[in-house]
Amino acid sequence: MKNNLLQKLTSGVLFIAAWASTAAWAVNDLPGGPAMWQMNLQPGATKIAQEQGWLHWFMLIICTVIFVAVFGVMFYSIWKHRKSVGHKSASFHESVKVEIAWTVIPFVIVILMALPATKVVVAQKDTSNADLTIKATGYQWKWGYDYLKGQGEGIAFISTLDNEHREMSNNGAKGVDIDNYLLKVDNPLVVPVNKKVRIITTANDVIHAFAVPSLGVKQDAIPGFVRDTWFRAETVGDYYGQCQELCGKEHAYMPIHVKVLSAADYTTWVAGEQKKMAAKLDDPSKVWTLADITKRGEKVYAANCSACHQPNGKGAGPIKPLDGSAVVLNADKNKQIKVLLNGQNNLAMPSWKQLSDTDIAAVISYTKNNWSNKTGQLVQPAEVKAAR
Amino acid sequence: MSAVLDSHGHDDHHGAPHGWQRWVYATNHKDIGTLYLLFAFTMLMIGGVLALLIRAELFQPGLQLVNPELFNQLTTMHGLIMVFGAIMPAFVGFANWMIPLQIGAADMAFARMNNFSFWLMIPAAVTLVSSFFMPGGAPAAGWTLYAPLTLQMGPSMDAGIFAMHILGASSIMGSINIVVTVLNMRAPGMTLMKMPMFVWTWLITAYLLIAVMPVLAGAITMTLTDRHFGTTFFNPAGGGDPIMYQHIFWFFGHPEVYIMILPAFGIISHIVPAFARKKLFGYASMVYATSSIAILSFIVWAHHMYATGMPVTGQLFFMYATMLISVPTGVKVFNWIATMWRGSMTFETPMLFAVGFIFVFTMGGFTGLILSMAPIDTQVQDTYYVVAHFHYVLVAGSLFAMFAGFYYWCPKWTGVMYNETRGQIHFWWTLVSFNVTFFPMHFLGLAGMPRRYADYPMQFADFNAIASVGAFFFGFAQVYFFLFVVVPAMRGHGEKAAAKPWEAAEGLEWEVPSPAPFHTFETPPKLDATATRVIG
Repeated sequence: MKNNLLQKLTSGVLFIAAWASTAAWAVNDLPGGPAMWQMNLQPGATKIAQEQGWLHWFMLIICTVIFVAVFGVMFYSIWKHRKSVGHKSASFHESVKVEIAWTVIPFVIVILMALPATKVVVAQKDTSNADLTIKATGYQWKWGYDYLKGQGEGIAFISTLDNEHREMSNNGAKGVDIDNYLLKVDNPLVVPVNKKVRIITTANDVIHAFAVPSLGVKQDAIPGFVRDTWFRAETVGDYYGQCQELCGKEHAYMPIHVKVLSAADYTTWVAGEQKKMAAKLDDPSKVWTLADITKRGEKVYAANCSACHQPNGKGAGPIKPLDGSAVVLNADKNKQIKVLLNGQNNLAMPSWKQLSDTDIAAVISYTKNNWSNKTGQLVQPAEVKAAR
Repeated sequence: MSAVLDSHGHDDHHGAPHGWQRWVYATNHKDIGTLYLLFAFTMLMIGGVLALLIRAELFQPGLQLVNPELFNQLTTMHGLIMVFGAIMPAFVGFANWMIPLQIGAADMAFARMNNFSFWLMIPAAVTLVSSFFMPGGAPAAGWTLYAPLTLQMGPSMDAGIFAMHILGASSIMGSINIVVTVLNMRAPGMTLMKMPMFVWTWLITAYLLIAVMPVLAGAITMTLTDRHFGTTFFNPAGGGDPIMYQHIFWFFGHPEVYIMILPAFGIISHIVPAFARKKLFGYASMVYATSSIAILSFIVWAHHMYATGMPVTGQLFFMYATMLISVPTGVKVFNWIATMWRGSMTFETPMLFAVGFIFVFTMGGFTGLILSMAPIDTQVQDTYYVVAHFHYVLVAGSLFAMFAGFYYWCPKWTGVMYNETRGQIHFWWTLVSFNVTFFPMHFLGLAGMPRRYADYPMQFADFNAIASVGAFFFGFAQVYFFLFVVVPAMRGHGEKAAAKPWEAAEGLEWEVPSPAPFHTFETPPKLDATATRVIG
């Protein structure tokens, strides 16, 4: 009875397994991502991931040895000490010595296990001296990457799942046999090989997790908080991960694709990105009309200036008024441009040179033509550029 | 004693309620135990249907049956229903039935509170399950209800929170009842260190419940006020800390996992000696091990949170503390095996499930040890490896132990022996399909498949297909169990059971007839020196 049932179950399972594997026959292993029938961790592309893989084998072997030893004893006992083979039960039921032994020995084993793990924990947590710092922001349901420090500083983009893949998923993925199904993004995160990359995580809405198994990183991205992790990829290639903290309905559809490039390729990529970003900026040679530029200036003023100088331009206490200010009303536009670019009064009025030429020109034009200031003067971005 | 009082010593006395009143007004621990067990089985079936919907969706890549919103509702509700509706109430059912019988008490200490704590669960369960039909569907933030995702949920989240509150109140009342019963109502001569292991484990479990259920209530109440009353405990937009929710939740959540396994240890500690025909090895060390596990369970909670980004010292502390728990757990396994060693074993269904429990639960224990290592956890946190791990300890652990307990005590409850052949079919069918379902999940997790995913990369397809097939076999095994084992036994079909149907079973429950009369031990029994037999 038992054997029949077992046979049927196993043959059923084997049949289904065979069927499933033929159904997906056209799919191959994905380097840097999961492989077909993969039974262990993805091959590590960083020291840390390799250490994690080693630790897993270490634990698996110790645990398997203990398991086989302990259950070897149990099954031996089940075989030999059965009533049906006439075994009579013994009467012992306690032994302090034995209890102490099987408390102390596992305790020692556990300590031995903890030692190598401690080393890796400490290494994983050391995010200091990074060559490149990138902020990964989790959004529902995409990733934003900002290159904060290092080569490529200032590059920023959003990375989302390829829309076709999302459609395929809705359609039941029928006949889909692509290796990077649900892992293809529009803009991969690009990093240089053999450089320590520090990832700072945060989130915009709910908790997400930035995880790339082959790089050995997983760090929750928490709204309102920043956390960090790091990796140093040892080989050029593509590495894939997915969001690993439940973040709502599209949780399964916000993959991570890390593209590791050689130093030279990375430099080329950075140059290309910077060119693209520059193209998106305001053209500093554009000639503005007074109405357009004061409208723009009003926004710049509200965002940067009105906290101190007040919306009415009157200032407060040590903050100088702009309404009726000699510098603002001065016919020499360069006086005010200099103040904005360099600051004054030991930077009590700070320098605003981080603003774009267009923004500075706009806010100056706005202050020159607002409140009781009616100079009619118009500052063009080119003039700011010339003064820098 | 007067003749009038004496007549109360029989069961055919002052008109016990019949029909529906017997159950609605139930104050008898045996009736309430039955109610709890039937309720828990119903919830097991509902949670099981949700699980099968999940597995059906994951049978192949791509979305076929449910959309991602519904998928998240299914995983969330499957977890909540199984933890709070199936496993916990089922153990309370065992406690109600067995604790008074095992300690020689007439009933539970607070009979009416006992009734109340059961009937509270019905509106809670209805609220929880009906949340599927509320606008926006059931809660979909995972059973852990992490903020700030819970703040985005629809009105069903509030329903879920209320249901949790009521279930929590019910659990606390049940636990107080158990603590008071065990501490005050033991038959004379039954000292603490002569108590049956099941009573010991439940006493410790009840303390854990009283300690941590209010913590859960606090966490979900803060979620509720964040949602509706403008507080920002967990809402970062107002300076709240989402990670604080996780700390509070897991301060409840980790003891909770021991709440769901300690009574199982108790059941196994009765069955192994009974079928090995040998006393439990190391009774005292079993008691100490159980207590150590309970105490340690309070200082390991943040091992669920390695990925949140703790300081290195925090990770190391929680890693060491967690690994330490494997020591007392190991002691228990060694004691069970030492009990079997040189015994005279037979393998009726209770023993099969007990051995199955020890074998398969230990695998879950080892994967727990592997998970406790923070660097490995970096790889497998929030993947199917974790799913495999906790199903190995909760299904092969808690559920298998309850099956073992059912087969062991069924003769006492129903007065008839269950059908042995069917019991063995149920065991092998369950054991094999369980492993077919959950063993491949280890591979999926190691390969990097995240949990709570409605769709997955193609490379994960094969193991998912196997797991889904196994899950359906597993589900049908439990329907078979109910229809072909439980129902006939409840109807009284089967061989009449003796007062002590198991040759070497020990304990006061075997001193009363089978089925156990409506009232037992109305006057405290006189016990022998071991407190396992009634004399005179």
